[in-house]
Amino acid sequence: MWTWFYKLASPPYVYGVAATLTPWFLGLAAISIGYGLIGGLVLAPPDYQQGDAFRIIYVHAPSAWMSLFSYSTMAVAGAIALIWRIKMGHAVAAASAPIGASFTLLALVTGSLWGRPMWGTYWAWDPRLTSELILLFLYVGVMSLRSAFEDPARGDRAAALLAIVGVVNVPIIHYSVQWWNSLHQGATVAKLGKPAMPGSMLWPLLAMLLGFMLFYGAVLCMRLRGEVLNRERQAAWVREVVKS
Amino acid sequence: MNVGTWEALILVLRRELRLGFRRPDQLLQPLVFFLIVTTLFPLGLSLQLSLLRDVAPGVLWVAALLSSLLSLDSLFKSDADDGTLEQLALCGQGLTVIVIAKTFAHWLVTGAALVLMSPLVGTALGIPGSAFATMMLSLALGTLTLSWLGAIGAGLTVGLRRGNVLLSLIVLPLAMPLLIFGAGATDRAISGTSAAGALYFLAALCVFTCTLAPFAVTAALRITLE
Repeated sequence: MWTWFYKLASPPYVYGVAATLTPWFLGLAAISIGYGLIGGLVLAPPDYQQGDAFRIIYVHAPSAWMSLFSYSTMAVAGAIALIWRIKMGHAVAAASAPIGASFTLLALVTGSLWGRPMWGTYWAWDPRLTSELILLFLYVGVMSLRSAFEDPARGDRAAALLAIVGVVNVPIIHYSVQWWNSLHQGATVAKLGKPAMPGSMLWPLLAMLLGFMLFYGAVLCMRLRGEVLNRERQAAWVREVVKS
Repeated sequence: MNVGTWEALILVLRRELRLGFRRPDQLLQPLVFFLIVTTLFPLGLSLQLSLLRDVAPGVLWVAALLSSLLSLDSLFKSDADDGTLEQLALCGQGLTVIVIAKTFAHWLVTGAALVLMSPLVGTALGIPGSAFATMMLSLALGTLTLSWLGAIGAGLTVGLRRGNVLLSLIVLPLAMPLLIFGAGATDRAISGTSAAGALYFLAALCVFTCTLAPFAVTAALRITLE
């Protein structure tokens, strides 16, 4: 029953699986994102309050969701690697970090672009934006810690531990930032809470979410292959892969 | 020679405190830094106490965070450099016990000293005397939490040559809830409303880190020492 799990510890196997999965993820992501974009940008009606500006949600919300998702992937992969000493976990964590940081940056940029017409300013200390910014700092911390060690094995384990510490802290940071906002600002900023969305707006959003996850999977597989090759560059099978 | 866990804790704690007081300049430097940073703000912002009072909690807490960060470097570094840390890790006592003693000693000589000095800084920033009790309590809880968060960072970066900036990069995002609730509590105390909510939250964070962080620091040291 556990053989599939143990197989994941073998670099050539992981390399092969990632190679097989990549085109599937990419194709499905293209379909899903294609439907989401057409449905969200063209077919969905403009919001009665926000006009067409709300359409940025189709990029913003999925990337904000993915920023958290890839952080947890990184932490879980790091924990697996620390507990069962599976080195491939570190490779997954190392491959996931830059993608997650990019999603976080994308969520921040789209959020502030949306804030310009809605709030009248690019940046407001909105709790969601603020905790997203802190998440970006956490990503930067994990990535720089990994690269700071001369011995890559140590850097991997240190980064995995920091990612786990971060995962414990992310909810605390999130809720404390929300609490802080209710302390300081009387007026709540208009934000996309959970309005009853009509299906014509909601379905494209869900499709974009799924598409972003698939896209993340595809990029993760590609980066993972690079990571594995780089980490196993002394191994015989890598030489054969590179030759062929 | 058999030494119980409790005795080991006391022994390491006494060693750390003795070492700390042998180098009084290292004890004083973070405190003077704390004073200097809080002096910078009135110079840069405004001389009016009424205006200063509005920003005082934030200034006080940012300065406390920075000065606590500054002293973290010495937590494991000198012991790691001369091999004492490895000997301590091998001495048969759990590394966690030693970590607890070292971090608590670090808090006593930096955090607790900072708490005792805060009324002086508070007066200079125009914080009314009625808010001192809340301010000091929040700083006491906050600096202890911060010592633990910082110990995780210090443990992770102890083997690095230029780990100082990285240490701040790692620890500061984790410390942001402290800043929010610490400054929030002080702010409420200044305006005369009840700060109980923020203080409870600080206490919860403190208990949370004091119970879990020792294991994280131990794991970090095992990674960097091996």
